[in-house]
This record gives sequence, C-alpha cells and structure tokens, in this order.
Amino acid sequence: MKMLMKGNEAIAEAAVLAGCRYFFGYPITPQNQIPEYMSKRMPQVGGCFLQAESEVAAINMVYGAAGAGARVMTSSSSPGISLKQEGISYMVGAELPCVIVNIVRAGPGLGGIQPAQSDYYQATRGGGHGDYRMCVLAPSSVQEAVTLTQEAFDIADRYRNPVMVLGDGLIGQMMEPVDMDSAKAYQPAEDLPPKDWAATGHVSNADAPRAVINSLYIDPAALERHNLKLQEKYDAITTRECRWQEENLQDAEIVLLAYGTTSRIARSAMRKCREMGIKVGLLRPITLWPFPTAAIQKTLSTARQYLCLEMSTGQMVDDVRLAVNGVRPVHFFGRTGGMVPTVAQVVEQIQALAERSNPMDDLEKKLDELAGQVDKTMSQLGDKLDAMGKKLEEKLQSPQTQQKVQDIKQGVASAAEKAKTGVLKGVEYLTDTLGDVVAGIRSQAAAPEQKPDDGDSGKGAEE
Amino acid sequence: MEKQFLIAGFGGQGVLLIGTLIAKAAMLQGYEVSWMPSYGPEMRGGEANCAVVVSDEPIGSPLVSEPPVLVAMNKPSLVKFMPAMAPGGTLLYNASLIEGVELRQDINAIPVHCNEIAERLQSSRVANMVMLGAVQAATDVVTGETLSRTLQDWLGEEKAGMLQINEKAIEAGRELVKG
Repeated sequence: MKMLMKGNEAIAEAAVLAGCRYFFGYPITPQNQIPEYMSKRMPQVGGCFLQAESEVAAINMVYGAAGAGARVMTSSSSPGISLKQEGISYMVGAELPCVIVNIVRAGPGLGGIQPAQSDYYQATRGGGHGDYRMCVLAPSSVQEAVTLTQEAFDIADRYRNPVMVLGDGLIGQMMEPVDMDSAKAYQPAEDLPPKDWAATGHVSNADAPRAVINSLYIDPAALERHNLKLQEKYDAITTRECRWQEENLQDAEIVLLAYGTTSRIARSAMRKCREMGIKVGLLRPITLWPFPTAAIQKTLSTARQYLCLEMSTGQMVDDVRLAVNGVRPVHFFGRTGGMVPTVAQVVEQIQALAERSNPMDDLEKKLDELAGQVDKTMSQLGDKLDAMGKKLEEKLQSPQTQQKVQDIKQGVASAAEKAKTGVLKGVEYLTDTLGDVVAGIRSQAAAPEQKPDDGDSGKGAEE
Repeated sequence: MEKQFLIAGFGGQGVLLIGTLIAKAAMLQGYEVSWMPSYGPEMRGGEANCAVVVSDEPIGSPLVSEPPVLVAMNKPSLVKFMPAMAPGGTLLYNASLIEGVELRQDINAIPVHCNEIAERLQSSRVANMVMLGAVQAATDVVTGETLSRTLQDWLGEEKAGMLQINEKAIEAGRELVKG
C-alpha cells in the first residue's frame, strides 16, 4: 500500500525495517523528524534511541554500537555532520559499518535551514582526515530515500565501512507516496559476511579470538598494509556499487548532470526543452562516490556540451569535468544559500546553450566547408578532362585530320609501292648480275677442262 | 496532466492540511503527488504555505513558482503570491479576511468567505475545510467521494466525531463554487 510520508520519517522507518536498532543523534533543522520518529519507534522494536549531549558524542556512540556488530544509524544536518567527521574517520579506520544521514542545509557556519547541496566535497572527499572513502547515496524522491537507506545498511555491512545518505531540506521535508509493502519485505542481501569481528564481550577461544576494534597503527609498515587493504575495499565499492539514472540520453546533445533535488528541477526543465525540440538528456548520479564516470564518458558519442546543476557554487561539476576530461565544454549553473533554482531558470540556461555555437560545431562547420571545396575542385577537374576529351575527339573527326590521315595513308601506300618497285628492280638487277656471274663462273669452270696438260683447249668448248 | 497548487496563509489556519488532504486524495486516485511545505522557524500567526503537485507521470520539481492555482487564506499571502501566478490561473481567496486588494484581470478569482461560513456552521476551526471544498469544486483535481474518504482516514477513530462538521464545511465550500 502506498503511504504519503515525509522524507525524514520515511528514512527513519526504512532504517527500522532494515534492522536498525540503535539511533544516536542531536537535534538540528531540517532533519528533526528523523530523531523524533526514532524516539517513538525504537522502544517499540526493542531498540535504543538516545539523544546525545552533542554530535561528537552521538557519532562515538555509533562507533560503539557498530563495534559490537549492531545495525546503527545517526542523522544530522550540515553543521552537525561537520562535528561528526572525526568519528567517521575513526570508523573507517576501524572498519565499522554504519549509516549516516545528512539532510543538507546551507552553509558555511550555521548558515541557514533551507535546502542546499554544499556538502558534496565534504561527503565525497572524506570530510575527516586520512585519505579514506565512503559510499554516498543521494536520493531524489521520498521513495528512493527509502530504498537507498535500506541498501545503505547492506553496503555498510558488505564492506565494513560507513555509508552516507545525502539528502537535503527538500527531500527531508517533502511528502510523497511510498510503497511501504516493499520496504517491509526488505531482507538483508545474501552475500553479507558474518560479523565475526564484532566485540560482543564474548570469552575468546580458538573459534572466536579476542575482538579488537581499533584505528591506531603505530608501525608505518603495518599502517601502509592496512591502508592498502582499505584501498582494495574502495576499489571493490567502485566496481560494484556505482549507481546512476539515465533519461533521454540516446540522442542528447546537451547532457544535464544533477543529483537529489536539483535533478527533479532538471527533469522538469528537460521535459519543457524537449517540447521545444532541444535534444537534452539527464544523467543523475545516485552514488556520488563512487561517481558514474564511465556512464558520463559513454554520453560523449552524442553530447556536444554538459550542464551541471547544483545548489552550491560548483562542487560536483569538478567530477564531471574529470570525467569529460576536456573533450567537451562543461557548464555550470547553481544557486546557493538555500535558494532552489526554478525550472524557468534552468530552461533559460539550456536554451542559451542550445543557441550557443561551441568549438565542436565550429570545427565541424570548417570541415564541411573544406569538404565542399574539395568536391568543387574535383568536379571542375572532371569537367576539364571531359572537355579535353571532347576536343580531342572533335579534332580526330575533323575533315582536316581525316585528310591528313588519308594523305599519310596515301604517302605510306606510295612509299610502299616505291619500295616494292625498288626491291623488284634490285632483285631483277641482282638476278641479272648473278646470272652473269654464274655464267662467268661456269665458263671459267669449263675452260680448265679444255686445257689439260695435253693442251687441247678448244675441244671442251666445242662440246 | 499535471496540476499545481500553492496554498498559503497564516500558521494555524490549516493551510498545510488543505494541501495534505488534496495530496492524499489524489494519491488514492492513483496519481503521482508531491507536497512540499515552507519550513523553518515558523510560528502560529507567521507565514505558512505548501506546494502540491498532482500528475499522471513522475513529478519533476515539487516546487510551484508560477502557481496556476493559488489558495490565499490571508491578505499577506495574496499580496505575496498573486503577482507570480500563471496568466489564466485560478485564485481562491478567503474573502472573510481579504479586502481592498486589486485583483489581477487575467486570472479567474473566486472569493470564498471561509470564516463567515465556518461560523455559520458554528465552528470557526473548519474555515480551511470550507476552502478545501471550494478548491475541490473549482479544480476537479479529485472527486468529492475520495476527498470524503481521505478526510475519514485522516481523522481516524479517535476524531471520528469531527467528521460530520468537517464534511459539512467541505460541502458548503463546494456549493459556493458550483452555485
């Protein structure tokens, strides 16, 4: 059955249904409905709700419960999350799973209480110290806040690492229908390893040695080994846990990038621009870390330019630029301080980009021009060759040429005739001459017979 | 189909409830809905408003910056939001508390004397329900039947005794619009 629920309450109920039995927090707007809801629900399910004396205390209570192997959650909003950073870093170091909800409000400092996305850097780059990573899930609807909260517990347990659900004031305060039946049907993922590392107070034995929850490694070689092991987990998270949503990307020349609340505004603006015939699509990162870099790179085949929308002065846009790597222009539009961009403003931005000529277009235009010139030259050359051929044919068939050919033929014929006559004459002459010679030889051959040693020379001639 | 509402008034006038009941009823009728309140350091007597979007496809922005339907329960809300209204939009205003405001000519303005009608029904607390009935009749976003079922769910068994007076108020608002 669908229920109309506030984002904050839906997140809290989803956590309870995912087996969260410990909640430690400290009040701050705009996430107060989460602890309020948990304070009512935890006792009902045999869990523990505790309003700590501060955010620092709350995150360290989370450390304790996680170390004992429990499913545990804390929630806060930006200034409170800043206070929790030390504890988060410790939990990564000690390899403890937990879920941290940040319903972001505008900063810096106490800032304001209206929605913002200004904690992207803090969430994705490790707001705490020590070169660590944490999976960050960014829901864009109340329904998605429910499914991602439940998945967050699985991801945390799978890798023994904190996971953050990053919403904003709008996601937290908005009411939308939620399918509670599927949330109730939640079962932990089947691949989750047993929590045999947990410090449960058991007496150590061969099967279950003493559990130590610790993030202190004095020996640098040991700490490097530890960090490389953590890095392997981050690599596995990058490979397995990246999530994003694509809309209208198949032919998109302008690709919008937005997460959470701004992705909703981007979607409305995209629909309006599609009606105007602008080829615009939306790529919505669901995990902010790991970031869907490969999915963005796939869009390069159609995308001419990118527009990143955020409720900040530009943070996720850095990751988009890293993914696009200078191949295409990446533009940015953002509002800050708790101001939410309107659909009309985003439409205006998209229209401006659609009208703008970009370097790629210019290059293509030049290539087109060049190809046109080559075509023209080639066809001119063809025409010339054709004309030359025609002239040659004309010349060959002209009476003068024909006459000349006739003359040459006649010349050749008469020359041949003359040669023939000459040869015949020569043969005749040779025959005559040879006849005389032969006769001479014959007569000379006969003479010696007539004058043998007897001197009777006249006899032979008479014979 | 997408219908957007901006419902505004004093904190305590029940403006968030008007929006909640519209959203719940529309959800029951199978629509996608979103309900987004103004939030913050609000107080009784301060400003309060909520944006409701009802659609047959997943809702993009849950915010309503150019309301096609504006419900103004008091004068400051009318003065603040009427200029942003979409041309041709529908304005339902609480004529009991609003007078002396020049209304835009390019919108359809419907005066609803919420407080007077509620007092006639001998319950000043149901002024918002009078407006709810008027909104339902003027926009046809949900059927009267679903609205009545939603109200019943919302009151629950605990407050079932309040059902009749609330339904009467809704009916009065509806009649005012349908004539």
